[in-house]
Amino acid sequence: MNIINIEHISKIYQVGSEEVHALADVSLRINKNEYVAIMGPSGSGKSTLMNMLGCLDTPTSGKYEFTGVNVSQMSDNELAKIRNKEIGFVFQTFNLLPRSDALHNVELPLIYAGIPSTERKERAAQALIDVGLGDRMHHKPNELSGGQRQRVAVARAIVTNPSIILADEPTGNLDSKTGEEIMLLFNEIYEKGNTIILVTHEEYIAEHAARIIRLKDGFIENDEIVASRYIPNFKSTQDN
Amino acid sequence: MRHFVFEVRESLMIALRAIRANKVRSVLTMLGIVIGITSVVLMTTAIKGIDNAFQSGISALGSDVLYIDKWAWFGNVDWWKLRNRRNINMDHYEKFKAQAKLPLAVAPVINSRQTIKYGDRRVESVFLNGSTSDYLATTNFTFDLGRFYSEIESSSSRYVAVLGSEVAKNLFPLGDALDKAIKIGGVNFKVVGVLAEQGSFILGSFNPDNQAFVPIGTIFKHFLGQSFGSITINVRAQTPALVEETKAEAEGIMRKIRGLSYHEENDFSINQQEGLMSNYNQVVGVIQVAGLFITGLALFVGAIGIMNIMFVSVKERTKEIGIRKAIGAKKRTILGQFIFESATICLLGGLIGLLLAILLSMMVEQFLPTSVQYDAVILAIVISLITGVVAGFAPAYTAAKMDPVEALRYE
Ligand SMILES: Nc1ncnc2c1ncn2[C@@H]1O[C@H](COP(=O)(O)OP(=O)(O)OP(=O)(O)O)[C@@H](O)[C@H]1O
Ligand SMILES: [Mg+2]
Repeated sequence: MNIINIEHISKIYQVGSEEVHALADVSLRINKNEYVAIMGPSGSGKSTLMNMLGCLDTPTSGKYEFTGVNVSQMSDNELAKIRNKEIGFVFQTFNLLPRSDALHNVELPLIYAGIPSTERKERAAQALIDVGLGDRMHHKPNELSGGQRQRVAVARAIVTNPSIILADEPTGNLDSKTGEEIMLLFNEIYEKGNTIILVTHEEYIAEHAARIIRLKDGFIENDEIVASRYIPNFKSTQDN
Repeated sequence: MRHFVFEVRESLMIALRAIRANKVRSVLTMLGIVIGITSVVLMTTAIKGIDNAFQSGISALGSDVLYIDKWAWFGNVDWWKLRNRRNINMDHYEKFKAQAKLPLAVAPVINSRQTIKYGDRRVESVFLNGSTSDYLATTNFTFDLGRFYSEIESSSSRYVAVLGSEVAKNLFPLGDALDKAIKIGGVNFKVVGVLAEQGSFILGSFNPDNQAFVPIGTIFKHFLGQSFGSITINVRAQTPALVEETKAEAEGIMRKIRGLSYHEENDFSINQQEGLMSNYNQVVGVIQVAGLFITGLALFVGAIGIMNIMFVSVKERTKEIGIRKAIGAKKRTILGQFIFESATICLLGGLIGLLLAILLSMMVEQFLPTSVQYDAVILAIVISLITGVVAGFAPAYTAAKMDPVEALRYE
């Protein structure tokens, strides 16, 4: 089943008198339980595409169907609802609320979903346990390491059981070993049947995905299935 | 609905966290509201106090009593004209009493300021009233001790006195005034009664509890010659509804007694509590308008401070707003969050202001019979909440309509 179906999408930014075509006539389909890496040089439109896919931004033209529903004409409130229920974001800079502890950060999407307090706390705690932070629930972001912060962000992304996880350079701010731990986490999530789209600069990160889309100057240059994707194993990240 | 409750609770937590994270700034911002609310509460409390004092004072006068006097309490008659009026004397009173049919009671009154002594205790400048036993019926007096002087005592000008509660308290702290011999202006009198407390009268220095009452003859004999001073004739109507008729009759009789022809104007005034009331309302009205203006200004300045700091707060938390929007916060959720925060700051400020006002009003209570009432408390809370919502709206709206992508990019 198609989760994402975009047809002839473009995004044009007006900078002074100049038009910047961040995305130019992009069409793309992504199915359930795909693991897609989006690559490309800086300024090629990766983040713009991610924002579009995540319903954070609307295209200048073109059609976007998300789980069969046309979202390109939706109101801000409807988009907020979709982001809340169907999409989990993981950002390069973690984007956690600095004054809230890990548990509350993970609870937040459930609060906006109107889930009652006890259920909310249980689910958030479970998500934190799933990412290996059962013993850090009441730590604030500045009391956690970079890798741990990104785990909290991943827990926040999966706690609502979204249709897709969108990660924009999730390992960009981490050293390679910590990055590999996060990729292990994504692998687990993928193997449970989730759909993941991640943006990266690094070939070795992209090799975790089953499909790699390469962007250049706002259009898709290459879109290929990875013959044998790299499957990280638990041991390789837990040896010291 | 459940949604809403969660969002409110979340908003409260965010607000409290934000306030705690910026303690100094929050306190400084609150200061304006604290001052505003303190002045609102003190203002209402003070006005209430003035009102209480005046009402209890004026009720001692009685709404159905007319005071026929040489002097007008209010109005636009020139002072020198009043000055040149003939005095009202006991002869006028006798004739008036004989002719008037409508009044419930008629009593002549003349006043003098005297010092009253008992042993080595003394009260200076007591308002001494000379009248007849009918005077009692023109008042609503109740007694702590004893009685008013009798008709015989009054007609034969016996040396008997009735004391106001404050005079009695000062002379007889033990409350054993009855039958004691006191000296009024050096003359011996016997105390036959003590009045119950009436409450203080705010306008002027007149205090109804700082009075004494003696037969009118003793005043003429010892404290001023009968030819000096003009008496007042107190006339009580049978019912408040009959006040106007009684007044009309009194005017006719007085004109006849004074021998005025139809083209001459009255050379006396018929005063009424009502005149006092409308005069009072004017005074209080001015105080209220001035108070409203001052407190309004204080609150306005406070509100601008809040608005300013909320704009700063929204700007600083742009990234947070982006994060919240990315994970599903709707516009109205963000709007609510910041309005809630501003209302919380204002409410805290309001509560502090209220506390301050309660402490200050304890000082005011020394002068005015008043205290902070429920309605002032509710007023303070409602006003601070409204201020918070109004001041927070514009900043909250800017936050709510932020573009999530832009907000997330903000550093
Ligand atoms: N708000 C904006 N206003 C104007 N131009 C923009 C805006 N956002 C992005 N662009 C332009 O759109 C193009 C694509 O930007 P985008 O952020 O998608 O690139 P990217 O592939 O994510 O790059 P990077 O790898 O550096 O993150 C760039 O040329 C950028 O300058
Ligand atoms: Mg980017």
